[in-house]
Amino acid sequence: MTNEILFYFFAGLAVLGGVLVVTMRNAVHSAVFLITTLLATAGLYLTLNAEFLFVVQIILYVGGIMVLFVFVIMLVNLDVALHQVQFNRQTWVAGLLSFALLAELLAAVALARSYGEENWLFAAPHVPTVTAEGNTEQIGRLLFQNYVIPFEIASILLLVALVGAVVMGKKRI
Amino acid sequence: MIPTSHYLVVSLLLFTTGVIGVLTRRNVIIVLMSIELILNAVNINLVAFSQHLASLDGQVFAIFVITDAAAEAAVGLGIIIAFFRNRQTLLADEMDLLRW
Amino acid sequence: MIQEAYFLLSKYIWQIVDGLVIVAIFPLLAGYVVLLERKVMADMQARLGPMRVGPHGLLQPLADAVKLMIKEDIIPESADRAIFWLAPVLSVFAGMLSFAAIPVGPGFLIADMNIGLLFIFAVSSMGIFGIVLGGWASNSHYSLMGALRSSAQLVSYEVAVGMAMVSGLLLAGTLSMKDIVEYQAHSGFWLVFVAPVGFVIYLIGSVAETNRAPFDLPEAESELVAGYMTEYSGFRWALYFLAEYSNMVVVGSVATTLFLGGWLRPFAGTHAMDFLDFAPPLVMLGVTGYCVYRIPKQTGWDQKFIMAIFAGICFVVTVPLAVVLAPGLAAWKAGVHGAFWFIAKVMGYVYVFLWARFTFPRYRFDQLMQVGWHYLIPLSIVNVMGVATAVVLHREAGWNPVVSIGVTLVVTMLAALWLVRAGERREQTALKSAA
Repeated sequence: MTNEILFYFFAGLAVLGGVLVVTMRNAVHSAVFLITTLLATAGLYLTLNAEFLFVVQIILYVGGIMVLFVFVIMLVNLDVALHQVQFNRQTWVAGLLSFALLAELLAAVALARSYGEENWLFAAPHVPTVTAEGNTEQIGRLLFQNYVIPFEIASILLLVALVGAVVMGKKRI
Repeated sequence: MIPTSHYLVVSLLLFTTGVIGVLTRRNVIIVLMSIELILNAVNINLVAFSQHLASLDGQVFAIFVITDAAAEAAVGLGIIIAFFRNRQTLLADEMDLLRW
Repeated sequence: MIQEAYFLLSKYIWQIVDGLVIVAIFPLLAGYVVLLERKVMADMQARLGPMRVGPHGLLQPLADAVKLMIKEDIIPESADRAIFWLAPVLSVFAGMLSFAAIPVGPGFLIADMNIGLLFIFAVSSMGIFGIVLGGWASNSHYSLMGALRSSAQLVSYEVAVGMAMVSGLLLAGTLSMKDIVEYQAHSGFWLVFVAPVGFVIYLIGSVAETNRAPFDLPEAESELVAGYMTEYSGFRWALYFLAEYSNMVVVGSVATTLFLGGWLRPFAGTHAMDFLDFAPPLVMLGVTGYCVYRIPKQTGWDQKFIMAIFAGICFVVTVPLAVVLAPGLAAWKAGVHGAFWFIAKVMGYVYVFLWARFTFPRYRFDQLMQVGWHYLIPLSIVNVMGVATAVVLHREAGWNPVVSIGVTLVVTMLAALWLVRAGERREQTALKSAA
C-alpha cells in the first residue's frame, strides 16, 4: 500500500514536471521543473530498491548537471528570449508525430499484455533476494569486474568531454 | 509490488514529453534539458527491468547513461556558450549559417 | 488502510519523535552557534560581545529571532516571486534533511541508512540551488554575481570533499554512518590518525562548502554587499542564515562521524582510561557551578533570575549524565554520554571554523579556484590512491598497518610538496611573462 502511494506520487510528479519543463517560457523555471522531475525519478528508483542509483541520480544529475545548466542559463541571461516566439514553425507536425509515437508505444505495451506468457510483465516482479552485502557493494563488484572495459571507456569519454568543454569555453575558437 | 508495466508507462510518458520538447522548442537550452528528460526516461526503464529480471546489470547501464548525460551536458553547454558569444542568440532555428 | 497506517505509525514512532526533536532543537542550536561566533569574535578582538539581552548575552539568539520575524518582508518588484519564495526554503530543507542520517549517539539517530554518508553528500549538494536560484530570482547584479561565484565554488570543492570522504570510506568499508563509528570502535583508533590528509582536505573543503571565511566570496561584504542574499530581508533572510549555520553543524557532524570517532569518547577501547566517563557529568556540573557563581554578580534581579534558570538547565542536563541508572536503562545512558561527546566534538570543529574566520584574510576569487583545482583536487586523488594502497598492503600483502600507512603517508606528503613547488613555479613564470 505505502509502496503504491509512493509510486503514484513520484510518477505523477515526474510526468507533471516533465510537461512543465517543455512548456515553460523561462529557462530557469524549466530547470526548476527538470530538477523536480529528476528528484521524482530518484524516488522511483527507491521504490525499485535501487538506493545507490537514487544517490547517484541526486549527486550527479541534480547536484552536478543541473547546477551546470542553471549556471549557463545565468551566464547567458537573455531577457529578450522571454518575448520571442517559443515554439518552432513545425510544432504541429512535430507534436502530431510525437503523439503518434506515444500511441504506438502504448499500443505495444497493451499488446504485450494480450500476448505475454502468463502476463509476466504485468504481474508483480521478482524481488531480488536480499543478500548480506548491500546494493552499493553489488553494483561496485559488477562495475569493476564484469564491466571494467565499459567503465574505462566511460572515463575516457568523460575526459574527452572535459577537454571539449574547455576548448568550447575559450574566448576564441 | 507495482508491476513493471507501470514503470514502462511512466517512462514512455516522460520520453514522449522529451521528444516533443526537442522537436518543438526554439530555445537551445530547453532542447538540451528535453534530451536529459529522454535519458532519464531510459534510465527508469533500465532500472525497472533490472528489478524485473532480478539482475543488477540494468542499474550498471543506468550509471553509464548518467555518465553519458554528464558528458553530453558539458559539451553541449560549452557549444551553447560559444554560439551565444558569437551570435547573441539562443534560438535553434537561427543556427543556420555554416560559417560566419 | 487504517490498520496499515497504524502499523506504520507504531513502527516508526521513535523516528518521528527524533525528527520532531531535531526540528525543534535545531534552529535553537544554530542560533546559539551564532552567539558563540559573536562571543569568540569579541574575545579575539578584545571586546565583550553581546552583553545586554540576558546575562552575558545568553538570550541574544531569541531576541535576534524575534527581531527577524517582525521585520518587514520585502520582495523586489522585478523579482521572480515564486523562485524568490522557493530558494531560502530549499536551502533550509537541504540543511535539515541531512540530520536524518547523522547518528548523535548509539541508538540516537533517525534512520540508519546503508547509504547514509552518500545521502548526506547528495542532500547537501542540493543546497546549492537555494543559493543559486535565490541570487537569480532577486534580479540584482550583486545577487547574480554572488550566485555565480557560489555555484562555481561549491561545484569545484565538492570534488575535493567527496574524495576526502572516500579516503575515510575505504578504511571503514561501509557507507552507513552507524557502522563507520562502530568500525572505529572495533579498530581502536579514529580515522583521523589513519587518514590525516583526508581530514585536512575535508576541513578546508567544508569551509569552502559552507561559504565561510576565508572562502566567503559569494557573500563578500567589501565586494558584493551580501552576495546572493542582498535583496533578502526579514524572515527569508533568517532562513538563509539558519541554513548557513545548520550546514556548519552538518559538516561538523559528518567530520566527527567519519574522522573523529563519532560518539566514542577518547580512548574508547582502553579500560585504564575509563575514568573519562566521569568527564561529561563533571563538565556539566562545573558549568552549573560557574553559573551559580555568576548569579550574585549580575546587575538587576531579572538578570540574576535568568542566570539561575540557565544554572538550572545545566543541572538538569547533568543529572541523566551522572546518575547510575537501573540496569535496564544502561543503553539509554550510553546514548546520552555518546550525545555529549558527539556534540562536544562538533562544537570543537565549529570552533575551528570560527577561529579560521577571525585569523585569515579573505582569498581572491581566482586564488580560491586555484586552491581548489590546483592543490586540493590533485592532492585528494593522490590521497585516495595512497589510502587504497595502504589498505591493500595491509589486507592482502599482510604488512604491518603502521608501516603501510606510514609509507603511503610519506608518498602523499611528497606529492603535496611537489604540488606546492609546481604552483610556485607557475606563479614565477606568470610574473616573468607579466614583467
